[in-house]
Amino acid sequence: MSKWYMLTVIGRDRPGIVARVTSALYQAGCNLGEASMLRLGGNFTIMLMVQAGDGADTLNKALAPVIEDLSLDCHVVGIDGSLHRHMEPDVRITVFGADRAGIVARVTTALAGAGLDILDLESDVAGSESEPVYVMHMEGRALNGVDPLQEALDALSEQGIETRITPVDTMMG
Amino acid sequence: MAILDVLTYPDERLKQTPGPVAEFDDALRRIVSDLQETMDSASHCVGLAATQLGIAARIALVDVSKRPKIANHGRLVLINPEIKAWEGLAVGREGCLSVPDYTGNVIRAERIDIHWFDEHGEEHEARLEGFEARAVQHEVDHLNGLLFLDRLVSHRNDLFRRKVYKK
Repeated sequence: MSKWYMLTVIGRDRPGIVARVTSALYQAGCNLGEASMLRLGGNFTIMLMVQAGDGADTLNKALAPVIEDLSLDCHVVGIDGSLHRHMEPDVRITVFGADRAGIVARVTTALAGAGLDILDLESDVAGSESEPVYVMHMEGRALNGVDPLQEALDALSEQGIETRITPVDTMMG
Repeated sequence: MAILDVLTYPDERLKQTPGPVAEFDDALRRIVSDLQETMDSASHCVGLAATQLGIAARIALVDVSKRPKIANHGRLVLINPEIKAWEGLAVGREGCLSVPDYTGNVIRAERIDIHWFDEHGEEHEARLEGFEARAVQHEVDHLNGLLFLDRLVSHRNDLFRRKVYKK
């Protein structure tokens, strides 16, 4: 079984980045796994599991022309990982409020202390330059149940941070 | 009774759309028993359709009664189920024995009116809501050759799609 690598790619957003990167990997005989790709602040970002039989050198060599053409920043690191290790979230949390220093640190510290294991987090700054609004969605596992998380969020709402917690009850049929 | 193998995607038999059950006989009740035993053998499973076992018949089981704090009608043996009315929309997480190692968000009606027969040929009607309505819609989909994969929405965007209003 060949080894898995985590490939990180960042570059100024333009059409075709995903197609070029994945085609180069395919032509080099690599296998792709789970991925998260999105545009952040005008940059396109890729985090991609890649399986390469011949090691990181193969990856870097295969990607070199694309990296140069599209002026990408690329990083390859070997990981101790494999597919089919998913964990099921049982809670979804939405947080929003006027953007200010420390909002993410305060929210995530309070939730970590109350037993939240984050599986997925995405955040955005909405509003305008003068009145930014911070919006964050998380999915995770409530290791100590939902009640302690709710208490932690209630304490935050007193500081002007709006929160909503929704249990994720997966229907298996 | 027997625990049967559950077909998994991309098995073509999951796309079959069987016609209605005509005979409410012992053969039908044997299928119901097999469905029950197969469903019970999978942890957290609250519904199973005959087509998931490769049986071309409009038969499904739904039982959400073991879930805490959920409105339910107990064990539903759904023969020839037909959803007559849909109301409201809700996004919820679904998984499926026929799609291992994956769960995703699906939009379903919050409330449905459903008509069905039980394994003895008795007619039933009920208004279902929430988790139970979701489970029934998922199983009726199976009888129409559809998987929840056919109805996935992205959790990143579709849930919170925002409108941009021009000032």
